[in-house]
Amino acid sequence: MCTTCGCGETGHQHAHAHTHPYAPRRRVSMEQDILAKNDAHAAVNRARFAEGGVFALNLVSSPGSGKTTLLCRTIEMLKGRRAVAVIEGDQQTSNDAERIRATGAPAVQINTGKGCHLDAHMVGHALEELPLAKGSLLMIENVGNLVCPAAFDLGEAHKVVILSVTEGEDKPIKYPDMFRAAHLMLLNKCDLLPHLSFDVERAIRYARQVNPDIEVIRLSATTGEGMDAWLAWLERAPVAA
Amino acid sequence: MHEMSLAEGIVELIEEAAAKQGFSSVKLVALEIGRLSSVEPEALAFCFDAATRGSIAEGAKLEIDNVPGRGVCLQCGAEVEMENLYDPCPKCGAYGLRVTGGTEMRVKELEVD
Repeated sequence: MCTTCGCGETGHQHAHAHTHPYAPRRRVSMEQDILAKNDAHAAVNRARFAEGGVFALNLVSSPGSGKTTLLCRTIEMLKGRRAVAVIEGDQQTSNDAERIRATGAPAVQINTGKGCHLDAHMVGHALEELPLAKGSLLMIENVGNLVCPAAFDLGEAHKVVILSVTEGEDKPIKYPDMFRAAHLMLLNKCDLLPHLSFDVERAIRYARQVNPDIEVIRLSATTGEGMDAWLAWLERAPVAA
Repeated sequence: MHEMSLAEGIVELIEEAAAKQGFSSVKLVALEIGRLSSVEPEALAFCFDAATRGSIAEGAKLEIDNVPGRGVCLQCGAEVEMENLYDPCPKCGAYGLRVTGGTEMRVKELEVD
């Protein structure tokens, strides 16, 4: 049985269908957020992070933006400086978690099956299996999808959106919810810029159109350019969401 | 299709309320969905039908109040109505409106038997 939330418990249902023929219709005030359940799980995760001094980031992007390569490079560069752990979200396969483990960092894979996003409940379960050293950096790589993960708080300090320069520079206004939810935008694969017609300034302008406060770092996880700025951000980023 | 997860969340909230408040059938579910939230009302209505099947809210009518988006312009300070997150300020034309309303996703009330 799940110790976090009691799921899997062979409990009984209180709600049951039977009719009271003379009961009049009545109105019941709810005033509850639809995501209340997810948010409650997120609050538990957040409390757990606070207790362990864990800095948790929720990394979101389209498929193929280079998230896993960025994570591997980040882990390599932080070796000996800071403990890093990873939760990987994909519909299928544990390929990404294996790539992370090859760097020596602990990683847990979540397969969402048909699901298009991670939720706080799944992350809570993954945390049960993940050894988290005090003061760790926890990077949660969400399912590659610029739509659904925007709505689900996982308990992270910040969402970080990764946009690679091989995509369209108008992604921020095509998928505004995600760019609005993110605190930081990493422009990845910048080493390829000479071969592309991607307009960096325009991409940043679009991102600030939907989120005036978004921070931007240009980098390439492959060549390492800009990685220092990213590591510096990790050092100075406010821990609280 | 996170609308399916949201519809399942709505059913959970309803069943919890039913257990606490002792009703056994839901006739109407009233929601507040902001125009700047990440929810497509039509997709949510479709998923709601699927998610409520076999629950106490099966067959319930879904009423969605589409709350308008609101924002404040960081340049001229005007409080304005917003259609989209990437809209410029209708008063001064500047981009970068800070959203102040219209992102809600709430279950407002139920009509029950």
